[in-house]
Amino acid sequence: MAARTGLNVVVIGAGPAGVRAAQTLVAAGLRPTVVDEGRRDGGQIYRRQPEGFKRSYETLYGTEAARAEALHGEFDALRARIDYLPETLVWNVGPKAVHLVSGARYQELAFDALIVCSGATDRLMPVPGWHLAGAYSLGGAQVALKSQGCAIGARTVMMGTGPLLYLVAAQYVKAGATVSAVLDTSTFGQRLRALPDLLRMPATLRKGLTLMGALRGAGVPVHRGVTPLAIEGTPEHGVTGVRVKLADGDELRVACDAVALGYHLRSETQLADLAGCAFSFDQAARQWLPEVDEDGRSSVRGVYLAGDGARVRGADAAERAGRLVALAALQDAGAAPSGTPAEAARLRSELARYTRFAQGLRNAFPWPAHFAKALPDHTVVCRCEAITAGELRHVVREMGATEANRAKAFSRVGMGRCQGRFCAHAGAEVIAAEAGVPLEAVGRLRGQAPVKPLTMMVSAATQGVDDAPGRAREAGLTAQTQAQTTAQAQTTTQSAARACTSPQTQHGAPCAKEFSE
Amino acid sequence: MSDRADVIVIGGGIIGTSTAFFLRRRNRSVILLERGLTGQQASGVNFGGVRRQGRALSQLAMSNRALDIWYQAKSLLGEDVEFLPSGHTRVCYHAHDAEYFHRYAEQARAYGLDLEVLDGAAMFRRFPFLGREVLAASISPRDGHANPRLAAPAFGRAAARLGANLVENTEIVRVEKEAGGFRVESATGAVWRAEQLLICAGAWANALSTQFGEPVPLVARGPQMAVTEPVPYRFMHSMGVYTSIKEESVYFRQIPRGNLVLGGGAPGPADATTRRAGVLPGNTVQQIAQFRRLVPGLAPLHVIRVWSGVESYLPDAEPVIGPSTTTAGLFYAFGFSGSGFQIGPGVGETLAELLDDGQTAIPLEPFSIARFGRAEPVASVHASTASEA
Repeated sequence: MAARTGLNVVVIGAGPAGVRAAQTLVAAGLRPTVVDEGRRDGGQIYRRQPEGFKRSYETLYGTEAARAEALHGEFDALRARIDYLPETLVWNVGPKAVHLVSGARYQELAFDALIVCSGATDRLMPVPGWHLAGAYSLGGAQVALKSQGCAIGARTVMMGTGPLLYLVAAQYVKAGATVSAVLDTSTFGQRLRALPDLLRMPATLRKGLTLMGALRGAGVPVHRGVTPLAIEGTPEHGVTGVRVKLADGDELRVACDAVALGYHLRSETQLADLAGCAFSFDQAARQWLPEVDEDGRSSVRGVYLAGDGARVRGADAAERAGRLVALAALQDAGAAPSGTPAEAARLRSELARYTRFAQGLRNAFPWPAHFAKALPDHTVVCRCEAITAGELRHVVREMGATEANRAKAFSRVGMGRCQGRFCAHAGAEVIAAEAGVPLEAVGRLRGQAPVKPLTMMVSAATQGVDDAPGRAREAGLTAQTQAQTTAQAQTTTQSAARACTSPQTQHGAPCAKEFSE
Repeated sequence: MSDRADVIVIGGGIIGTSTAFFLRRRNRSVILLERGLTGQQASGVNFGGVRRQGRALSQLAMSNRALDIWYQAKSLLGEDVEFLPSGHTRVCYHAHDAEYFHRYAEQARAYGLDLEVLDGAAMFRRFPFLGREVLAASISPRDGHANPRLAAPAFGRAAARLGANLVENTEIVRVEKEAGGFRVESATGAVWRAEQLLICAGAWANALSTQFGEPVPLVARGPQMAVTEPVPYRFMHSMGVYTSIKEESVYFRQIPRGNLVLGGGAPGPADATTRRAGVLPGNTVQQIAQFRRLVPGLAPLHVIRVWSGVESYLPDAEPVIGPSTTTAGLFYAFGFSGSGFQIGPGVGETLAELLDDGQTAIPLEPFSIARFGRAEPVASVHASTASEA
C-alpha cells in the first residue's frame, strides 16, 4: 500500500458520501479532516437524534434502519483516525483552503485535496401563501420528526412531488401524526412511463409502493395530478388550509394547520461554485450542476464532488460515490491502495444503475416548471426578501433584466438570508417565462460567501486556546479589539443560533425576528 | 441605430451613463459603448455612499453639483434609485484625527459643505450606540446614501429613453483619431465614429488612453463589501471610521428594509482582464471585528453575503477628469479610486457641459491627466476612506 500520510484531505459533510469517503481514505493510511455542519454525523437522511434521545433505529429510520446503524457504527469506529470538526460551517472555499466557523471561532484550513459531500435540500416551487407560518419544506418536516420527535402541526398536508412526499407522509402517520392529505402534482401516467428506469432498483421501488400502501391503509387521502392554488391563512394565525385544483378540474380545500412542500431535491452546489468548479446546464433536471467526471473529479484540480451535492441519486448511491471519489483522490495523489482499479470499476457499474433509477424518479415526479408561468403576480417568490412574482416580472419586462444575476441586482430575488438556495430555481423559471427565453439562457446566480449566515461574533482562533485537532492554522489576524464584547455577547449568539436551527430556518424560511429588540 | 454620433462614450458606469443622459438633454447625439452591462463594476458594487465630506477640497464644487442631482434623481430619471439624504457621519479613534475633523470642517465651509463636529459626551448623547473608543464625530446632515445596483442602470435607461444609443456587451479594443473625428472599434470588428470621444472605462481606461500616448499608473482593486440580515431600521446616518490605519477602516449604512451594508478595510484582489474581484475571508473577519469596535451592540447580527468588483485606483487617489493633452476632442474621466459614486452624476453633467459648450465653471486642473506625465513624484495617497463612495 502506497500510503502517503502527508496528503492533507478535507472532507466536507458527514452524511453517507462523506463518511464513506473518509473511511476509504483511512483505509489507505490517511488521516482526513471531516468538517460537518451537523452536531452529529449521519447527514440529513441518517440524522442522529440528539444524545439522550432514546428512540430505536427501527423507529427512527424504518426500512433504512440497518443502513443508518451501519453508517453510524462505522463512523464511530473511524473517530480516532480522523480529525472530526462537527458543528462547523465551511462558509467559504478558496484556492487550497477552506474557511470555517465553529461557534464564533474562525479558522482557515489548508488542503491538498477537497472532497465536497454537501448533500441536497428540497427543491421548491412557490405557491401563494407559502411564506405563512406553518409552511415548511418536506425535508424540514422530516428533520422535526427525526431530530426532535415532533410534528410540524396537528393536522398536516404534504404537497408537491417526489419520493420524499410519500416517505415523510408515511413517517408522520407512523409517528401518530394526522396527515390530512397528500397532494401530488405528478400523475399516474408519468409514473408508468418511468417504470423501465425505476425497475433498475426493484427493491427500492417496492419500498416506495409499500409506503403508498401504508398511506392508503391509514385512510390518508392521496390525490395525484393536482395543481396547487394557494396555501390559505393569515399572518397572525399562520396556515389554515390548502387549496388545489384536482386532476378532474374540481377544486379541493383541505383544512390544516401546517403544510410541507417539496418537489424532489436539489443539489447544494454553492461550495463547488466557490471552489471555482465549472457548471453546465442539465436539460433533464432543468438546473445548473457542477461538472464531474464519472468518479467525481470536478473541473478544478484537487476538488472532488460526491453524493447528492453533485447529482441527486439518493443515499445508497452516495455511499458508493463517496468511496469512488476518495479512490479518485488517492489515485490522483499516487496513493491508491492496490486493488483500486477493480474496486473503482465495481462502484462505477453499481452507480450506473442508480443513475438510471434517478432518471426514472425525475420522470415519475417531474419538476413542475410550467407552474412558474402561472403564478399569480402577488405570489412571494423570494421569501427572505419578500419579493413577489410580479416584482420579478417587472424587472424582466421594464428593466431588461433577463439574466439571473441582473434580475437579482434589480429585484433582490436571491439576495436574502438563503442566498437563493430556495428561490433561485423557481426565480429562474419565472424570468425565463416572462422573457420568453430558454431556462439556460437565464444563467445561474453566482455563488458568494458566506454560504450560510456568518455570525458577527466571529473572530480568528487565538493561539493557546485552539483545541481544534489537525492542521487548522492561525488565520494571522489580531483579535485585540473585540475580546470584551465577544465574551459578553456570547450568550446572545448562542440563543440566537438555537432559534435559527429550527427546521423551518434550515430549510429556508427567514428567521429575522431574533434581534427584534 | 446609427454608427455615427456627435459623441462616443466608452464605459457604462455612473460617469458614462450620466454623461450620456446630460448630453441628450443638450440634444447632442450619443453612442454609449459598454463592455458588459451598465453599472456592473465599480459603479454597481460600491458601498453606495452619497458622501461629500472627506473629499479633497478640489472635488467639492463638483461634489456639490452631484448632490443637487441626487436630490432630483427621482424626477430626472423617472425611477427611484433609493437615495436617502439621511446624513453621513465620520468618526475617529485618534486625537490627531479629531483635530483634523475640526480643521477640515473649517476649510470645507468655504466650499459650501457644512459640517458639525462633536466630541466626547455630546457625541455619545447624539450617537449612544458608538463604541467607547470613538473620540469625535463629523456630521454632514445633507449627505446620505443610495443604491449602487440601481443608479447607473437607471441613468443608462433614462439616457436611452432620451435617444442615446446604448450598446452593451461590446468590448472596445481600438481607438484612434482620424480626419473629422474618432474611430472606435470593438473586439468583433464593429466600428463607430464621432467628433468627440469620452473615455470613462474605469479599470480598463489605461489600455485606451495609452493609444493616445497618455498611459496612467492605474491599478485594479476590489472593495470588500458585506451585508447583514434585516433588522428594524434605526441607523439613519451612513457612518464610517476615518483613520490612516487601513485595517481600522470600516463603514456602514442601514437601508429602510433593515439590512446593514458594510465596507472598509484592506482591499481585495481584482483583475481587469478577467473582470473578477474577490473578497478575502480574512478581510471579512477583520472588517467584522472593526465593526464590533464601532457599534458593539450589533455583534449579534449575521453577515449574509459579501461581494466585490473591479475598481480603479490612481497613486494620488484623485481621478482623471477633463480633456486629453495630446488629442483635441478627446476627454477622460476615470480612476476615481473608490470615491466615484457620489460625484459621478456631477462629473457627468460637468463633462456634458464641457463637451457641448467647450468650457465649464468647475475647476478641472487638479484632475488633469498631465500630472502623470510630469517628472516629479506624485503626492502620497491621502488617508481617505477609500471605497467609501
